[in-house]
Amino acid sequence: MTEMPTPIPLRDRTVDALPWLVTAAMTLATFALAFGPDWSSLPARVLMLIGFVAISAHLLRGRGRQFFNGPVAYVAAGSLLLLVVLALFANEIAPQNPYDLRQLDIMDGRLPPGSTTFDGAMTYHLGTDEQGRDILSGILYGLRVSLSVAIIATLVAMAIGVVVGIYAAWAGGRVETILMRLVDLQLSFPSILVALMLMAAFGRGLDKVVIALIIVQWAYYARTVRGTALSEARKEYIDAARGLGLPVRRIIFRHLLPNCIPPLLVISTVQIANTIVLESSLSFLGVGVPITRPSLGLLIANGYDYMLSGQYWMSMYPGVALLAIVASINLVGDRLRDTLNPRLRK
Amino acid sequence: MSVLEVRNLQTHFFTDAGVVKAVDGVDFALNEGEVLGLVGESGSGKSVTGFSILRLVDPPGRVVGGQILFRGQDLAQLPASEMRRLRGNKIAMIFQDPMMTLNPVLRIDTQMIEAVRAHDKVSAKAARDRAISALSKVGIPSPAERLDAYPHQFSGGMRQRVAIAIALLNGPDLIVADEPTTALDVTIQSQILAEVQDLARDTGTALIWITHDLAVVAGLADRVAVMYAGRIVETGQTDDVLTTPGHPYSVGLLGSIPGHGQRGERLTQIPGMAPNMAHLPPGCAFAPRCFNADERCRTDAPGIEDMERVRQLRCHHPLTKAGGTP
Amino acid sequence: MLVYLLRRIAQSIFVALAMMVIVFFGIYMIGNPVDILISPDATPREIEETMARFGFDQPIYIQFLTFVGNALQGDLGRSFVHGESAVTLILHYMPATLELAALGLIFSVLIGIPLGVYAGYKADRWQGRAIMTGSIFGFSLPNFWVGMLLILIFAVELRWLPSTGRGDTVDVFGIRLSIFSENGLQYMILPALTLALYKASLVTRLARAGTQEALVQDYVKFARAKGVSETRILFVHVLKNIMIPILTVLGLELGSMIAFAVVTETVFAWPGMGKLLIDSILTLDRPVIVAYLMMTVLIFIVINLVVDIVYTILDPRVRVTGGAG
Repeated sequence: MTEMPTPIPLRDRTVDALPWLVTAAMTLATFALAFGPDWSSLPARVLMLIGFVAISAHLLRGRGRQFFNGPVAYVAAGSLLLLVVLALFANEIAPQNPYDLRQLDIMDGRLPPGSTTFDGAMTYHLGTDEQGRDILSGILYGLRVSLSVAIIATLVAMAIGVVVGIYAAWAGGRVETILMRLVDLQLSFPSILVALMLMAAFGRGLDKVVIALIIVQWAYYARTVRGTALSEARKEYIDAARGLGLPVRRIIFRHLLPNCIPPLLVISTVQIANTIVLESSLSFLGVGVPITRPSLGLLIANGYDYMLSGQYWMSMYPGVALLAIVASINLVGDRLRDTLNPRLRK
Repeated sequence: MSVLEVRNLQTHFFTDAGVVKAVDGVDFALNEGEVLGLVGESGSGKSVTGFSILRLVDPPGRVVGGQILFRGQDLAQLPASEMRRLRGNKIAMIFQDPMMTLNPVLRIDTQMIEAVRAHDKVSAKAARDRAISALSKVGIPSPAERLDAYPHQFSGGMRQRVAIAIALLNGPDLIVADEPTTALDVTIQSQILAEVQDLARDTGTALIWITHDLAVVAGLADRVAVMYAGRIVETGQTDDVLTTPGHPYSVGLLGSIPGHGQRGERLTQIPGMAPNMAHLPPGCAFAPRCFNADERCRTDAPGIEDMERVRQLRCHHPLTKAGGTP
Repeated sequence: MLVYLLRRIAQSIFVALAMMVIVFFGIYMIGNPVDILISPDATPREIEETMARFGFDQPIYIQFLTFVGNALQGDLGRSFVHGESAVTLILHYMPATLELAALGLIFSVLIGIPLGVYAGYKADRWQGRAIMTGSIFGFSLPNFWVGMLLILIFAVELRWLPSTGRGDTVDVFGIRLSIFSENGLQYMILPALTLALYKASLVTRLARAGTQEALVQDYVKFARAKGVSETRILFVHVLKNIMIPILTVLGLELGSMIAFAVVTETVFAWPGMGKLLIDSILTLDRPVIVAYLMMTVLIFIVINLVVDIVYTILDPRVRVTGGAG
């Protein structure tokens, strides 16, 4: 009796196109909305929330119990969802539009939390800044700026990193050496330093921050993807695909690429948090987002001058919001790493 | 008087794959100055027995039952701090791999002096002197200079000598040696065996020598206990067990020693593999590999039976008859 | 060993040259420095004169070669704002940053090692988990945020420590240092703690992983068999083993500590070279930015080299192959 050879699977993971399509659509939507006028389209924002929930659910399908292993995971996931909702629907939730100068009253400047407007029509629950802007509204809109800048920069950097990383791994030889030397060179310098230099060269601006944050991050993804691609390329299914005479393009896009992406997802979650921190640091230093579109970092910087005289609320509350968003993303990312990383799973 | 008496010792490992009963009801006793050879294949529970005596079983393992009476005191019930005071002092241990047992980044003197000072509040100078005399006892040349060296500057055999010297530092009543010569070259192995035998005789220290090699035990031990699947299947005077093994498993172990049988004859092997400890067969654990097993062996586990001359066996069909001479 | 060292030095020189190219084309070619140098209502003749004086009328490659030539002689131009040599300016501000980074590094070890070792010892218990969750916060908190909070608590509310500025300094070999004066040290504590927090989280994670790995080694079990106390096992046997990799990483992180000092120094108005950099960026004082960058690159390269060499000295196992045993 002759033994039947076991067929080699062409891919070692079932690849689902859906999450990638949703991710791409969300990137475009975020991009359009962040730079468009005031994020006015409500249906688009509802769609983004659905997309966010869909991706999260897709990532965790069948692994919910593993992810939610304790109270910390519930609190982190819950607060992340809450903050995303707050950022998306700031228009509807915020008592004031902080970008609309007609709504501000300079007479209401630097009021402590709980103060009301002169006519008593509105309460400043978290106080006001020096221009009489409601801090709570500023935080909600600032949260949106911080989040969207970080998400766009991270996703675009990831796309560039994936292309470069796969290209380097596939091309090999001198191309690979040069590309990876470049990556090593960039990564040997702290991201804050590179970003500062770029902003020094570009000048401040929303688009410039995003570009600087992309340049800072791409190398990190390129290195990770090249590593994964190299180890994937050695596996049998790639050989099998090559043996079948499939075109290179098809092997890369249908076989290599989908298998390189799952490890990136975990990294990019944590990387979004790092990017928020980096952007807020740049804005705090005065070389980040413009004054017309304050992010949380810039709000903190604006209030910082008054903090030593005891008017803590202008910096403190945006600071708490920044901590909440960064910590919840990091905690979720930490749980994701434990849940999704097959090497750690027993 | 017995230094150590182990009664119905049970050490289990609580793994994801189920509870592994690595040691499942082991009994033995050891008199002052006596050498006991604890023999078995890897996975038979012999090392776990040794570690259980010192209460050094790593999680997920745990001593779950039985008594470990050291000079009448039950070690299994002793608080951790008192157990620490006994370890390295009254009961010492020598490990299998000398390359791993010494801390690579600490000098030998640090590792020896701390062993003395953990139990005796003596000066560093006095501790150092004791370390030097222990090193010269195990045959390390110019011990005073060697004390300042790091472990990697010693060969494997020398490192094991250092480990033995550390075990001897506080003049223990009992030393548990877990395959201390397995990782060494054969020539060094026999040197160390001879030295340990002399040292044990001179100091009157009782010794438990754990090994998979019956040939090692032959020249060294007063008594032998053969372990299989967490239980002792045969004990007796070394000569008796080696010349007239009563358990089929002992026979198998003896058959796989070269030079024991006739020249030109093939070494016999025990058929099959060491059992999966998480799923032991219902009857005698050795039955699936035994040439002599019948239906009864596969369903009931045999109990321990006394034979003549302090001999005990756990077999339904012993090869030496109970009470009779072989 | 010597071959390795030479290769490392050659690599470093290559990195320095590459950075020189990037810095020159990155900072000098974007925008027109004349706009900052000359008032907007200057006459075309004045503009031309200034261009010629700074050499901006030359072709790019000539400008680059001049830049490299001057840089090799230790001249990176004059500050537009201060009118001083940019290198002198950086050197003047550098000690304040270096002492801050050094104290930060010490704090991060003092905080991170005990926490990490304990977390590794109690890895599966709530204590270990709590420390690890805490370290995520340590990673998450932005530097300036921590500084702000510390000022609010210890300077504004409790009034234990001064909030901003540098305080007294002591001259050591002609260098002004705060670390040796009591008053100066008080001013340093909060900024150094701020700078230390991120690295302390890193050290905690490294120490925990190292401890977990070391605890299952035979030498730990053997030490237990000797009757050595758990405290001594953790803080002598385990610690000595994990210190080498941790110190290596920390040495490499000293560079990023200097970079992150930019944020901390701004929060605490600490007169170091990070604050100088931010001020120069805001006033577009290019020579100072370039000088800062080139000096930082130099510091990075030196740190990497020194860490490599120290590592071979620290580890007795590596040392022997070097022939010193």
